[in-house]
Amino acid sequence: MTKTKVGADRSFWERNKTSGGYLLKKKLLSVGISVVRFILLFGMCFMILQPILNKISVSFMKEADIYNPIVISIPSEFSTENYRIAWDAMNYGKGIVNTLVFSILISLLQVAMCTLVGYGFARFNFPLKKFWFGCVMVMILVPPQTIATSLYLHFRFFDVLGIIKAITGSTVNLRNSPLPYFLMSAGCTGLKNGLYIFLIRQFFRNLPGDLEEAAYVDGLGTFRTFIQIMLPEAKPIITSCFLFAFVWQWTDGFYSRMFLGGRTLLSTSLASLPDSLTNFILRMWGQTSGTVAVGYINMLVSTGTLMVIVPLIILYLFAQRAFVESISSTGIKM
Amino acid sequence: MSNVAENSKRRHKYVGLQKRKAISGYLFIMPFIIGFLAFMVKPFVQSLWMSFNEVEVGSGNFTLIFTGLDNYKFAFRVDPEYTRMLVEQFTRLVVYSLGIMVFSFFVALILNQKFAGRALVRAIFFLPVIMASGVILGLESDNQLMASMQAMVEETTTNVSITDTIQTVLRTAGIGVRAFEWVFELIDNIYDVAIASGIQIIIFLSGLQTIPSSMYEAADIEGCTAWESLWKITFPMVSNIFLVNWFYTIIDFSMRTDNEVIEKIQEVMILQLKYGQASAMAWIYFGLVLAFVGITSLIISRGVYYYD
Repeated sequence: MTKTKVGADRSFWERNKTSGGYLLKKKLLSVGISVVRFILLFGMCFMILQPILNKISVSFMKEADIYNPIVISIPSEFSTENYRIAWDAMNYGKGIVNTLVFSILISLLQVAMCTLVGYGFARFNFPLKKFWFGCVMVMILVPPQTIATSLYLHFRFFDVLGIIKAITGSTVNLRNSPLPYFLMSAGCTGLKNGLYIFLIRQFFRNLPGDLEEAAYVDGLGTFRTFIQIMLPEAKPIITSCFLFAFVWQWTDGFYSRMFLGGRTLLSTSLASLPDSLTNFILRMWGQTSGTVAVGYINMLVSTGTLMVIVPLIILYLFAQRAFVESISSTGIKM
Repeated sequence: MSNVAENSKRRHKYVGLQKRKAISGYLFIMPFIIGFLAFMVKPFVQSLWMSFNEVEVGSGNFTLIFTGLDNYKFAFRVDPEYTRMLVEQFTRLVVYSLGIMVFSFFVALILNQKFAGRALVRAIFFLPVIMASGVILGLESDNQLMASMQAMVEETTTNVSITDTIQTVLRTAGIGVRAFEWVFELIDNIYDVAIASGIQIIIFLSGLQTIPSSMYEAADIEGCTAWESLWKITFPMVSNIFLVNWFYTIIDFSMRTDNEVIEKIQEVMILQLKYGQASAMAWIYFGLVLAFVGITSLIISRGVYYYD
């Protein structure tokens, strides 16, 4: 069957006349709405992108350009000097390798554990289930800063039920080793892990149960059912949780500062850049004391920020769908 | 695990396959239980206890001296900045959370329509979730060069600020501007609102897409205007999403890294090494936020409409 519009052979004005002006009114309204919508969205998108665009333009400027009132966003002299300085000041080469390895390991561990837990909450009935899920909600609610003090001391004087002290005579200082954070991630108590559990549970709850039951009837154990049947189904949500974990770990300052202060990570070196730059530049100029202009420091900090987020932007360009779509596919409800 | 078995025996509820499934359920969530008990409960209780104590760090261990409510008194009455920061931060939290909810709902409504380039716009709105997270947010707000560049762009693009004009109009009309002060601040800082609403927009959007279009068609035939169906259909149908988003917004906003109170707590803890006082300050802040979330969620949940 082919669709034909009523009166498609007549011109727009003719049809408008028969409708008594209604068609024109409707057309004008829809065009008007599109124009207003375009202006609104263009403005808001520009507003969101503007800081990144500004950073890009500043990063290619020389120091003189920021004092020059004629230069607004296009540098008068194109230079990549800022990148070189920021690279050295942040120890970028070492930092990016460390951050990459660390973020991948941590987020893999976190997502693996959260998937297990999320599946357990979604698909099994057991006593005290509500209570434990309440604990997950508590974990989402409690800011890590609240327990930061005692976590800090907990790992400063680390001990497992007094065993270590009994053997070696003193507790272990795990403050500057990544081990505590790996342990926390394995226990689903890392950065925003409650949220991942919640999302993954939502996703599994919406999957139909037939496949699983068929697997049980055929004699597959619960764990093998999970690995072989359910896990492939949950690929989208696992991918997106992994991406989130990766990105948030990449920029996280809180846990990184607390447990990995001694290591060169992009997030911590970027956070300390405003303070460390002055000395770095003075050393570069061969001076022992003096001041560096605030504007210049800010310029380098924005270049540094740009360098830290460029890998993330590239990742986002390729995996945009995975980021956005699986969140909407979970059907979040309360 | 024997505990589980005993438990189920007593209640005669979990037998056979169900019992086996209950046990595997516990095995699945075991990482969380262990992690929660080891890394959340202990620090949680300890931090609460610490807030009533003076903490002295020695070599090899630390000692607690009970001081009652001294740390809380210190936070409120002795520390010159804390009370001011707390009030400012809390007001900001309330105002911005409201602003973020309105903004994200509005944007989600627009993005729910069909037009060319929708996917691109959605991607741009989601961008801040990735770009403005963690340490970057804190750096952004400190960067004067960027702020001045933004101001310059604003100056060159508009010669009149809308909020300024409205403020002048209202003032000459004799209406008190103070009542609208926060609204104006929100509009002036719309960027801050926009970068905090990436996730909320997506959640709202997914909620909007689950509303069956037959509802709107039926309303349209009955002579409902678009404005009416917004309030009579869209609003009730996404009301549970409002609750989720409200929750998320407050939690997310209260943990942001450019938060004065949290900076203060970290300063007291890491630089001044006053663990007891830092804990007390953290607990006051956390208690306040939690109470706010609790009360407002209760109010919102009364208005939530469940369709199925």
